[in-house]
Amino acid sequence: MEFLRPRTWNEAVAVKAAHPEALALAGGTDVMVELNFDRTRPASLLDLTGVDDLAHWALDGDVLRLGAGVTYSRVVDELGFALPGLATASRTVGSPQIRNRGTIAGNLGSASPAGDAHPALLAAGAEVEVESVRGVRHVPVAEFFAGPKRHVLEPDELIKAILVRPASGPQEFAKIGTRNAMVIAVCSFGLALHPHARRVGTGIGSAAATPRRALDAERFVSEELDWQGRGPLPDGVARRFGELVAHAAEPIDDGRGTARYRVHALAVMARRTLGWAWAAYRKG
Amino acid sequence: MPAPSTSPAPPAAGTSTRVTGGVGESARRPDGALKVTGEFAYSSDLWADDMLWGATLRSPHPHARLTGLDIGPAVAMPGVYAVLTHDDVPGRTVYGLERADQPVLCDGIARYHGEPVAIVAADHPETARRAASRIVAEYDVLEPLTDPRRAIDPASAPRVHPTGNVVRHLAVRKGDFETGLDVAAEVTVTGEYEVGMQDQAFLGPESGLAVPAEDGGVDLFVATQWLHVDRDQVAACLGMPPERVRLTLGGVGGAFGAREDLSMQIHACMLALHTGRPVKMVYSREESFFGHVHRHPAVLRYEHGASRDGLLRYVKAEIVLDGGAYMSSTPAVVANAATLGVGPYDVPHVSVDCWGVYTNNPPCGAMRGFGAVQAAFGYESQMDRMAAELGLDPVEFRIRNAMSEGSTMPTGQAVDSPAPVAELLKRVSSVPLPPRERGDDGYDLRELPGGVSNTTHGEGVVRGVGYGVGIKNVCFSEGFDDYSTARVRLETVDGRPVASVHTAAAEVGQGLVTLLVQIARTELGIDEVTILPADTEVGSAGSTSASRQSYVTGGAVRAACEAIRERVPDPASLPDGEVVEETVEWRHRPTSPLNEHGQGNAHVQYAFAAHRAVVDVDTELGLVKVVELATAQDVGKAMNPDAVVGQINGGSAQGLGLALMEEVQVSGGRIGNPSFTDYLIPTILDMPPTRVDILELADPEAPYGLRGVGEPPAISSTPAIVAAVRAATGAALTRIPIRPEHILDLSGVSEGERT
Ligand SMILES: Cc1cc2nc3c(=O)[nH]c(=O)nc-3n(C[C@H](O)[C@H](O)[C@H](O)COP(=O)(O)OP(=O)(O)OC[C@H]3O[C@@H](n4cnc5c(N)ncnc54)[C@H](O)[C@@H]3O)c2cc1C
Repeated sequence: MEFLRPRTWNEAVAVKAAHPEALALAGGTDVMVELNFDRTRPASLLDLTGVDDLAHWALDGDVLRLGAGVTYSRVVDELGFALPGLATASRTVGSPQIRNRGTIAGNLGSASPAGDAHPALLAAGAEVEVESVRGVRHVPVAEFFAGPKRHVLEPDELIKAILVRPASGPQEFAKIGTRNAMVIAVCSFGLALHPHARRVGTGIGSAAATPRRALDAERFVSEELDWQGRGPLPDGVARRFGELVAHAAEPIDDGRGTARYRVHALAVMARRTLGWAWAAYRKG
Repeated sequence: MPAPSTSPAPPAAGTSTRVTGGVGESARRPDGALKVTGEFAYSSDLWADDMLWGATLRSPHPHARLTGLDIGPAVAMPGVYAVLTHDDVPGRTVYGLERADQPVLCDGIARYHGEPVAIVAADHPETARRAASRIVAEYDVLEPLTDPRRAIDPASAPRVHPTGNVVRHLAVRKGDFETGLDVAAEVTVTGEYEVGMQDQAFLGPESGLAVPAEDGGVDLFVATQWLHVDRDQVAACLGMPPERVRLTLGGVGGAFGAREDLSMQIHACMLALHTGRPVKMVYSREESFFGHVHRHPAVLRYEHGASRDGLLRYVKAEIVLDGGAYMSSTPAVVANAATLGVGPYDVPHVSVDCWGVYTNNPPCGAMRGFGAVQAAFGYESQMDRMAAELGLDPVEFRIRNAMSEGSTMPTGQAVDSPAPVAELLKRVSSVPLPPRERGDDGYDLRELPGGVSNTTHGEGVVRGVGYGVGIKNVCFSEGFDDYSTARVRLETVDGRPVASVHTAAAEVGQGLVTLLVQIARTELGIDEVTILPADTEVGSAGSTSASRQSYVTGGAVRAACEAIRERVPDPASLPDGEVVEETVEWRHRPTSPLNEHGQGNAHVQYAFAAHRAVVDVDTELGLVKVVELATAQDVGKAMNPDAVVGQINGGSAQGLGLALMEEVQVSGGRIGNPSFTDYLIPTILDMPPTRVDILELADPEAPYGLRGVGEPPAISSTPAIVAAVRAATGAALTRIPIRPEHILDLSGVSEGERT
């Protein structure tokens, strides 16, 4: 197996063009598991951890650029204010060791329906900045997933950054697991209030072939909420929102939970997270 | 801290010399610092410079006829030194703890998913694994027998073994049931319960190193629970006299019963003898789930009858234990579930039938609690239901029926040492309840169901409290010749008396090596005591199981020290250069087999623990946070108080796992979750603070009055937690582990059809 270790981003993109079969390696918390189990045997590994500046984040105009090397721990420690939904999601990932190594970009690269970053990124309306020698393109996270563990990257493309606006309103993330830490999501839900746009963003995890938004629920609740007057959240609205989120899911029965439970739990999480976010919004 | 003794333990016989780190003190473990700093050498760290690596090919089918096996492609790989199959087994082709029914390598029929079919030795572990996967095994897939309830029918098909599918049926009849009468009661409750398949989940997977010896024999370094029983089985299958197979204990990373049966022992020895090179085998975590026995899943049907004033009149029970494809220790597990099947209660009339059966599910055998765990979930669930039926407090109802010293077991055996069941219950129920700390906004996610996953800020959370009490036999039962051997050597070096203790007892993490030092110090009155590595150069110590090593090997070491003191009354004054050595084989009092009514003095000693569980349940999401576990346990004598507390906390955690999350998911005979990704064990966020209350009521029969400690806490924590979840939710919860779906009523929820 060849081990490719570029030093600069341009070099990385060039190497990927020359070796489209090379498997990108960030924190390795998914890749090394796959290799150890002999589930994948790539001809070469493209280690991105030596690339300068990839592990940085910065505000670029009104958008935050999260370099592909930014780990969960960094998000928890440094971006709790700017990206509260993603930070809450990051806190639920694995153990401290995994959070220190694992990256948000790696979560996207694996494209697991259960990836914890995805619902938060969906709700926040993030985009993935993708680059190859052919150029740069921006893929909304909602269009990034192509199926279970599949995404829309071309073989010569790499994720360079994740672009997301800092939160303009409260954000929440909730995840069901059958133990209280270190658990793969049975299902999960991300929610973001975008008060300027008077819009609510959502993301559903682990309850369909890919992470997805609950569009009907977003439309419904965005219209029902009293953005101007910051009035209380009618119980019926919260409930209906929960139902619509549940409707958007297409879960299966598996060893981690039943479809029925996932549908039910999504409705509860959606209702609760909306309540928390709205209460925070009302407080200003 | 442990509570003071309620009655004094008998003073240790011995010298009056004061030593530090003797019996009753919390002496430090010799392996503690090494383990927490990662320096401890486990059996997976064993190394020989010229060693080869072994790998195993396993059956992908739970039941299949092996129709073809082509090892050619594996043999042809560079770096491969040996590929062996059933035909290469040099001696007896089967092994087993109670009956040799398990093929060393598949004998033509694969009876469970994961059965070893062929083994490979190569110069690199990856080469060995790849070579194993190149072996072409062809199968005719057969219908598996997977429902243990079907297997209790002697005529059930398919027959997993020619002897039929019932491994053991034990009937216990007491009172009117023994004389064939039927018994009625004013109030009856019936219930059916199910226990899923729990795994021991030790952290150090199966591993060892076999080294061919010049005399044609083999030296095997391995993590196990009983060196001599391993040796005898390995020698028989290698076709060698036992003395040519020498075992030394490797560093053991936990056991909990899973190392009672052989795993890689014979395979590594076969490969080493075939190649003339040392061979190391280490299972991966995934392979480990296929490489050892699990806790028997159980289906339990109970009927309890009581008088209106709250006295138990009778218990009828039918318990089916799924032993999987091979016998392992199923007969002994059946004995425990049956004889302990009504729990620590006085019941005048008892009828228990327990079956252990063969199926094509993964083989099941020993795990901490050994049959008593499954029964306790059944009888404690029933005790709560009966209490509710009678309008009695569950603790009060238990206390009214609690057995005590002098009680008669369902087997007719009189309980002739303290059995403070009522006292244990009173103690756990009088511990002040933990406060509910939460104000309106002042929640800490880590204290809530769901933890940092942020599923509730207090919404839907209901607190529940539940109780459980359990009984366990200590030591081997039913007439088994259960002994241990200790060799103690005393000498004086440079004017300092030094003792060394040699036994074959397996230290599996429980702290026996610490305890044996404490005993030798106390008995010989000297400070410097060394424990020699456990190996087969000394006689058998018996198994590190059944909570028995402190009792039996502890007893043997004490007896050997006493023998030395008879020769040298003051060991501290032995002249320089002189050596005194004594080897003692020590036995506890004999037990007897059970007759056709399950009657007999089958057990050596009984041990008891009670738990109170406090839980918070998110009643809308079905998620549970255990808030606190309070335990009271009678240990006879706290030989090492810190170690006792450690055992109680560890056992409680394992019981918590069974209540809430731990299950090997088997469907159609296949294991669906062979990894720690989906076989969940409690994390530090799942394990609550504990309150441990230790009683020391001496058993006059036992060394120092001690009572086996390891298993009881793993028995009662499970029903206590389930009872607490029931109290919070009103859900019936007849199956463990509890899943969120069991707590909620989801009958009205559609399965996610889209609009
Ligand atoms: C013990 C354990 C617990 C875990 N718990 C969780 C959990 O709770 N929640 C969760 O969501 N996940 C969990 N994971 C999975 C994993 O940690 C995450 O998916 C993580 O985000 C992967 O990031 P990484 O940097 O380690 O990626 P890697 O393993 O390095 O890569 C993952 C994938 O992304 C690709 N990739 C990486 N970087 C790029 C790039 N710049 N461009 C294109 N492709 C790229 C790789 O080729 C690979 O396909 C756990 C894993 C382990 C081992």
